[in-house]
Amino acid sequence: MSKRTICLILAVALLLTLGLSVASAAPLSQGEAYTVVLGDNLWTIAEKYFGNGFAYKAIVGATREKAMEDETFTYILEPGFIHPGQKFWIPSAEEAEAYMEAVRIGGVVSVLGVWGGDEARSFDAAVAPFTQETGTQVAFEGTRDLPVVLPIRVAAGNPPDLAILPNPGQMVEFAKTGDLVAIDAFMDMEQLGSDYAQSWLDLGSYGGTLYGVFYKAAIKSLVWYSPAAFEAKGYTVPTTWDELTALSDQIVADGSVPWCLGIESGAASGWPATDWVEDIMLRTAGPDVYDQWVDHTIPWTDAAVKTAWEYFGQIARNEGYVYGGTTGVLTINFGDSPAPLFDDPPGCYMHRQASFITGFPAFEGQDYAFFPFPSIDATYGVPALGGADLIVMFNDTPQARALMEYLASPEPQEIWAARGGFLSPNKRVSLDVYPTATDRAMAEALTGAEVFRFDGSDLMPAAVGSGSFWTGTLDYVGGVDLDSVLATIEATAVDAYK
Amino acid sequence: MSTFANPLFSMILAIVVGVGGIVALFLGLEFLIGFLPDRTQERVRPWVYVGPLLLILTFFLVYPTLNTLYLSFLDKYSEVFVGLDNWRYAFTNHTMLISFRNNVLWLVVFTALTVSLGLVLAVLLDRVRYEAVAKSIIFLPMAISFVGAGVIWKFVYAFRPAGQPQIGILNAVVNTLLGFQPIGWLIEREMNNFALIAVGVWIWTGFCMVILSAAYKGIPRELLEAARVDGANEWQLFWGVTLPMMKSTIAVVATTMVINVLKIFDIVYVMTNGNFDTEVIANRMYKEMFAFREFGRASAIAVILLLAIIPVMAVNIRRFQEEEAIR
Repeated sequence: MSKRTICLILAVALLLTLGLSVASAAPLSQGEAYTVVLGDNLWTIAEKYFGNGFAYKAIVGATREKAMEDETFTYILEPGFIHPGQKFWIPSAEEAEAYMEAVRIGGVVSVLGVWGGDEARSFDAAVAPFTQETGTQVAFEGTRDLPVVLPIRVAAGNPPDLAILPNPGQMVEFAKTGDLVAIDAFMDMEQLGSDYAQSWLDLGSYGGTLYGVFYKAAIKSLVWYSPAAFEAKGYTVPTTWDELTALSDQIVADGSVPWCLGIESGAASGWPATDWVEDIMLRTAGPDVYDQWVDHTIPWTDAAVKTAWEYFGQIARNEGYVYGGTTGVLTINFGDSPAPLFDDPPGCYMHRQASFITGFPAFEGQDYAFFPFPSIDATYGVPALGGADLIVMFNDTPQARALMEYLASPEPQEIWAARGGFLSPNKRVSLDVYPTATDRAMAEALTGAEVFRFDGSDLMPAAVGSGSFWTGTLDYVGGVDLDSVLATIEATAVDAYK
Repeated sequence: MSTFANPLFSMILAIVVGVGGIVALFLGLEFLIGFLPDRTQERVRPWVYVGPLLLILTFFLVYPTLNTLYLSFLDKYSEVFVGLDNWRYAFTNHTMLISFRNNVLWLVVFTALTVSLGLVLAVLLDRVRYEAVAKSIIFLPMAISFVGAGVIWKFVYAFRPAGQPQIGILNAVVNTLLGFQPIGWLIEREMNNFALIAVGVWIWTGFCMVILSAAYKGIPRELLEAARVDGANEWQLFWGVTLPMMKSTIAVVATTMVINVLKIFDIVYVMTNGNFDTEVIANRMYKEMFAFREFGRASAIAVILLLAIIPVMAVNIRRFQEEEAIR
């Protein structure tokens, strides 16, 4: 074919496609109202008007603005739940265009977190809509060694854009050295104020400035069990420590093992045991003494602290109480340890662990339930120990800001919550997204607890909270005498709190 | 992604610039030397070739070493002078003392096992037809990173309660096969250090074996034949002829192993993280530096490690000089 013919064919093809695209879309020169009919969803509405499903966000934004002035329009709270009869405002093509342009910033955001395996996959699913909307790639790196890796990267001048810290203690250390970007400069503080309880915002701040938002919360004072196993043996759920030990003795007498407990976790080995000690501390000494212990106002050798450890030792150091004996406690990984709950016959009957464990393979497809870790001293009742991951920013880029805003919104929280093993501290996340009644109960326990305390080891300085406290529990379960364990931790605490 | 950010592109660039750059550098220097009179050329040339290397070593080795020594006298933030406090901590802290003990244990047991096993294998494998295959298999663990080996052996030592299916091969033999109680290999303080040393031996024996095998094959066959004719049995042959002939190689291999083992870190970090009394000096330094941010103490420990290795290096260098003198 001659060159002219080819050019002609190409030109015709180009005109045809242009013509077709012009014919299919119906660009609005100005906005108009739209009433929802049965079978509609925001995606198809957006496609019809703009040829692009993502433009639904422009519709949501424009409708909300209109709803502020005119009550007949619906203030869309849940883009996924619309009803026939609702009135929306479809913005003009230019407005939608401008919105989509502004949002499509592209680029990359680097995120460093502790998650791996299933948790990492859930995070990828949670940020997928963000990537689709803005075109920004989220490069997530997960390492359990984050408390060590992150300071190295910061010191080397190569920090990630965002980091998801497993504890606020590290946030304070970085805020002190001025490495963090204050997020109250660009976040919608009013929205944050209504979405999160003040205590969450306080924990994410240092010196009055907000540095991070909490993302994945967990409530820790839970004991997991298999209702079927309990029913088969006629066991009842204990509500006090005495009932708990009586039940454990009963299970031993029946020829089985009451507790599954595994505290191995690579470089972080020992952390599940610290949760035990903290829960017990809240119940034997009360929240005020707990706070003093976390602040190091009272030393580790104090009688109150020693008592809490001794209660822990009653369970963990009792060879007949724990699956695999103390050797099992020290060698079995925390993620693998609940599996015997669902064996036939059950290898153990109870497992004390935070709410996130339901997202692990051992719990998949199983019938499980929890009861709150029982009270020990009736005066202190049943307080809730909890924790959450904190998202902080090191590099102030438009992509990082966009991702931070996105992660503080309900959408990524709902996506992960629906996958299980995730509790949201965001009040706008409706309880309906949680997959099971158990998850809903946990979410309610988290937000409704009378006394709530953040995980102690997460608030202590790294040398103790991620160091001697962890190794101290390993030594104690391994048979070292309690006084010398506490003296060792106290020695490191004296240095670390300086 | 821009072209420069593309990892493949930067890798190719690094190779081209790195290799090509070095070649260009030396060609250029050679060209420049050409302008000098002949006698001066001969004197200058060695310095010119070694010069860039010396510069790099000074900046990246000598200066940091001196700086570390300086930091070991300062506090955790490297601001306040604290004299010998960090050194006192390094030599009196309970965990540090355990690390010293463990390092000595590693030093003695690991070196003895790798060198002697390597020697025995080198001598015995020389006599069989499948020598090449066997040597390859024994040398294979050297190809695995220490971290990978640590993970593999963590599974080998894995523990499950008695009567349950054992996922660790050792406990499978001990419990499922032989009926004894399963053992927490990495937990029991009497044996966990030896369990870790076993991993190190598994990795390094191949290396010793290969070098000692080359030395063994260097012994003249006639010597051994002559000894056999004189009525020496294999044992006497080994002690009286083979060993003395291989003395210098054994010494080199032994010192290499010693230098290796003083720095042992990966295996301990991956398998037990120094818990249950398995702590070693390098892991301690890592923890103090990066986990606890105690820069002063970490520097003191680093210097101690350096001082421990210096005598071994000195012996090695003296040996090289002797060999040079013989030549």
